[in-house]
Amino acid sequence: MSRVPGFGRIDRSRTVTITVDGVPYTGHPGDTVASVLLAHDVHPRTTSVKYGRPRGITGAWTEDPTGLIQVEEPFPEPMLLATTVEATDGLVVRGVNGQGRLAEVADTARYDRRHHHCDVLVVGAGPAGLVAARAAARRGESVVLVDDRADPGGTLTGTETIDGEPSPAFVADVVAELADQPEVTHLQRTTAFGHYDDGFVLALERRGDSVDGYGLRTRQRVHRIRASRVVVAAGAIERPVVIEDGDRPGVVLASAARDLLHRHGVLVGREVVVFTTNDSAYAAALDLHEAGAGVRVLDARDEAPRGWARACAERGVAVTPAATVRGTRGEERITAAVTGDGTEIPCDLLLLSGGWTPAAHLVSHVGGALTYDETLGAFVFGEPVAGVEVIGAANGTLALADVLREAGGAGAPHAPAEDDGAPPRVLWRTEGDPARQFVDVARDATVADIARAVGAGLTHPEHVKRYTTIGTAHDQGRTSGMLAIGILAELTGRPVAAMRPTTFRPPFVPVAFAALAGRERGDLFDPVRTTPLHAWHVAAGAEFEDVGQWKRARHYPRAGEDMTAAVLRECAAVRTSVGIMDASTLGTIDVRGPDAPVLLDRLYTNMMSSLKVGRVRYGVMCGNDGMVRDDGTVLRLAENRYLVTTTTGNAAAVLDSMEEWLQTEWTDLRVRLTSVTDHWSIAAVAGPRSRDVIGAVFGDLDVSNDAFGFMTWQDTVLDGTPVRVARISFSGELAFEVSVASGYASAVWARLLAAGQAYGITPYGTETMHVLRAEKGYPIIGQDTDGTVSPHDLGMSWAVSAKKDDFVGKRSYTRPENRNPLRKQLVSLLPTDAATKLPEGSQIVGFCADGRLPAPPVPMLGHVTSSYHSAELARPFALALVKGGRDRVGEVVHVPVEGELVPALIGSSVLVDPEGARRDG
Amino acid sequence: MADLPVPTLPWAHPLESRRARLEDVSAVRQELSAPVAAVDLRLDPAGAGPAAVAAVVGGPLPERPDTWTALPAGLALRLGPDEWLLTSSRARPEDWEFGVDEAALAHGGSAVDVSAQRTSLRLRGQRARDLLASCCALDLRPASFPRGRCAQTLLGQSAVLLVAHDTDDLQLFVRTSFAGYVADLLVDAAHDF
Amino acid sequence: MQLISCPWCGPREEVEFSYGGQAAVAYPEHPAALTDEQWARFVFFRDNPKGPFAERWVHAAGCRRWFTAVRDTRTHRFVSPSEVTS
Repeated sequence: MSRVPGFGRIDRSRTVTITVDGVPYTGHPGDTVASVLLAHDVHPRTTSVKYGRPRGITGAWTEDPTGLIQVEEPFPEPMLLATTVEATDGLVVRGVNGQGRLAEVADTARYDRRHHHCDVLVVGAGPAGLVAARAAARRGESVVLVDDRADPGGTLTGTETIDGEPSPAFVADVVAELADQPEVTHLQRTTAFGHYDDGFVLALERRGDSVDGYGLRTRQRVHRIRASRVVVAAGAIERPVVIEDGDRPGVVLASAARDLLHRHGVLVGREVVVFTTNDSAYAAALDLHEAGAGVRVLDARDEAPRGWARACAERGVAVTPAATVRGTRGEERITAAVTGDGTEIPCDLLLLSGGWTPAAHLVSHVGGALTYDETLGAFVFGEPVAGVEVIGAANGTLALADVLREAGGAGAPHAPAEDDGAPPRVLWRTEGDPARQFVDVARDATVADIARAVGAGLTHPEHVKRYTTIGTAHDQGRTSGMLAIGILAELTGRPVAAMRPTTFRPPFVPVAFAALAGRERGDLFDPVRTTPLHAWHVAAGAEFEDVGQWKRARHYPRAGEDMTAAVLRECAAVRTSVGIMDASTLGTIDVRGPDAPVLLDRLYTNMMSSLKVGRVRYGVMCGNDGMVRDDGTVLRLAENRYLVTTTTGNAAAVLDSMEEWLQTEWTDLRVRLTSVTDHWSIAAVAGPRSRDVIGAVFGDLDVSNDAFGFMTWQDTVLDGTPVRVARISFSGELAFEVSVASGYASAVWARLLAAGQAYGITPYGTETMHVLRAEKGYPIIGQDTDGTVSPHDLGMSWAVSAKKDDFVGKRSYTRPENRNPLRKQLVSLLPTDAATKLPEGSQIVGFCADGRLPAPPVPMLGHVTSSYHSAELARPFALALVKGGRDRVGEVVHVPVEGELVPALIGSSVLVDPEGARRDG
Repeated sequence: MADLPVPTLPWAHPLESRRARLEDVSAVRQELSAPVAAVDLRLDPAGAGPAAVAAVVGGPLPERPDTWTALPAGLALRLGPDEWLLTSSRARPEDWEFGVDEAALAHGGSAVDVSAQRTSLRLRGQRARDLLASCCALDLRPASFPRGRCAQTLLGQSAVLLVAHDTDDLQLFVRTSFAGYVADLLVDAAHDF
Repeated sequence: MQLISCPWCGPREEVEFSYGGQAAVAYPEHPAALTDEQWARFVFFRDNPKGPFAERWVHAAGCRRWFTAVRDTRTHRFVSPSEVTS
């Protein structure tokens, strides 16, 4: 065991058992998978993606480029870092070689989101973030504080002194003070992964499956935080120095070894060589020494920092200045470090520290420019970004005393300054074989690869990144990105300051799609809109179809019926007796005001001002391009009031467009528009016996043809409730539409069903409605049209007014293209075998005079837009858009169906009751 | 209009089938509001129109968009520069429309009965705002959205009208066809409260 | 998720809005008097500047009012008309 008594913040009173690669290991709450393994002296080993070289763990948190694992239990998740997965009882993981495995079963865990609004968002609960959050809270600001680790404190190890007390006590005090503030939200295990416009930050909270104190609740939560000010206190990331065979297991970042010791009580090695370019690694050297390791420090600088050298001397840690490590020896694990002069120092752990790179990501996300800091050897924030502050190590401020001052201002807590420190040396790599100097160990990319990129003429870091793939792995180059730029500068002989670093983009850490989706999956993926009759449809056994966001009953199959059989039965019922359909999804707009007739005359191709009160007219709306956008009926309710219906899918778009005309173009018109789609429920009662049904339910109505003519409406009352009945037909049959305030829809529907029982009233769905209307050649906008079809193309020149000076689209009809006789026109197609249902969307081709297909490419004449079996015609039929179609009536064309050419006869678009004899019953 | 008999036709709440599930949520009380008469009033805010309507509905209309005022038996919610939603738990929808419309007409306005266009849920409890904040991006902190405020916004992917009655008392109007989605969303969100 | 300021409802998330394209493209007074090309220009052609662009937006999920806003197409940032120099 490499667990050291007296070190670590794990809960030693309890144990957890995890299984790694089939072997059970015990650890403690507070452990990660990595720390459990290292505590058992198991150095998790993976194989590198390109060269198959052994790889171990090199970091202690999200900066680790190598220690990828696959979680199998409690739920499969690929490509997580052993250093970031908390050890929980029952966890089962295995190491992965570059590629994980997605679950093959649905994830039943819950994921959700929360919205927050605050004055200040502080990212990072290290010393800088804690102090900044406390200062903001004391100013009375509302604060959200997020931190990605399990506990607050960041890089504080517990050995520091702040305001005269040990740092853990200081952290606990600040956390307690924040917890007392109602305006403060403090979230641990929460990673701010993206920073977007206007102070908007997304953060992922890992709530765990059974993490202590969390229970079985939402596994992950995305916090959507809108902050007036974002304070980035995300710290800095240590980078190594690139050395030969520096990818060998047992080569670890100095800060990671220290973190593992103080957080988890794990000593990663017994014989330790520390190679550093800066002061920070000395703390690691001393702490590991205190924990029982033999430690030697090689400092790349000509002189070791005096204060640290003194401390080392006192404790018996050897320090060699002006020394470098060139490479490593060993097989599966390091056995020796090779120094610059060729000496081999036996060791089982080589700690590297090549300096610190500020975690610039969240500023880079919002376009913050970075500038090179020569002393630090890293890019720091250059120009200020409005609403964003960067403090602490993220700002390049590394010493604790300075960090506290920067974060806390006048009332900042105090920490003793480190004495006799020395500036870092910027060193990207030591002497060695470039082909064995790994820059990005996750991608197996070496200095030789960068040299090859330069040789190929690439000099910009963005280009080199893509050529070498450095920085494109799961870690996004946290430790390797800066090194690659430094080495690129070296190889091209240009100053680093002249380089523009690559842009960081969200997410900062990998985020599961499930977390992004939140609760928007399954039934909540998209709003499901239902009519008040939905429960009735369900009980009646309806099959549903999605129309926009609506669930509409498509047909009502009886036992043993497929859709074809059910629809044929429903069609026959409407054509011979009576059927009833829920038409509540139709968009309805109340149009009011003295200029309502003017507005509708401008928007519809036909005349609406001449419509008499009490009457109904079908209308077509087009765009400026003259193409059909929508159609529907218009009821004139009063001189200054109309009720406009739109197609189900277009209701919102039509209303928006009408408002746009009114609000931005014709602002002088005195018209108001109100959506009443959900207010009105509409039952369509259709068929030769519909008059009997309506007459029976609404005793006050005279439903005779003379008193209640086609395309008129009347108001009536049913048991004290107002009802509107209109004679509108979308099937060619005698038909009525009954409208009532939606709360009464079920009651009215029940009355209609009861009254229709004598006639075998049959509920019918949208599929049946489609067949019935297609038999009559009525187009469905969006099915038989696609935005390139004019009213003339649909054979609806009768609906285009010649009298009006202008209406939307009119001018386009005189464009030559709209007068082209070869435009596609709506016609019917009857497959001559009277048996084949032509698939919708099929292309249509014509034979040459000699009865053969033209040479390829065969010209396409058009396509099938609607196709059904007809009960009335006792055969399949289709509607199609065909070039010059109306002039081709009587011709036979061909439709490829499953490799065969099916001949089909072009006919007029109206196949049933062309003279319109049935509409009056 | 006044000679209509009292309606005896059965009326159904759009969320009736979800009543039990909503009531099961303990952290935030979610009640189906009783139906009210409601009109959508469109009127020029300048001039005498608002005062004329106020005289009919029994209370002043709110002066700023996204605010509401109380009426003797309902709410006057200002939805936009020239639009209000006026509710009454006493009037019959057809009478409510007739009366408001008559007053508005003289000032170039109009009122349309939208009683059945929306339904509403009342959310009560200390965590009512948190529950809404799990599905709504609007700043719902009491200081930003105090009593007297209302807002048309998105809850999940559905348009809703939120009304702040008090710190722990909010009301949500939603179009009837979206009501089931919104209720399911809230029940789902309340899981973790 | 950008915020867009509705003149009536204040700043709201961009998903509450729908886009209406270039603002101030007036419907021609007498469409019939235009040549085919002039009409086609009105129907099909819009500016596509790099920089400030006056656009129409509608607060679709809110008050349903259309309004004009100036957005810098290089940054997506909305600018007040006074900031527009070119």
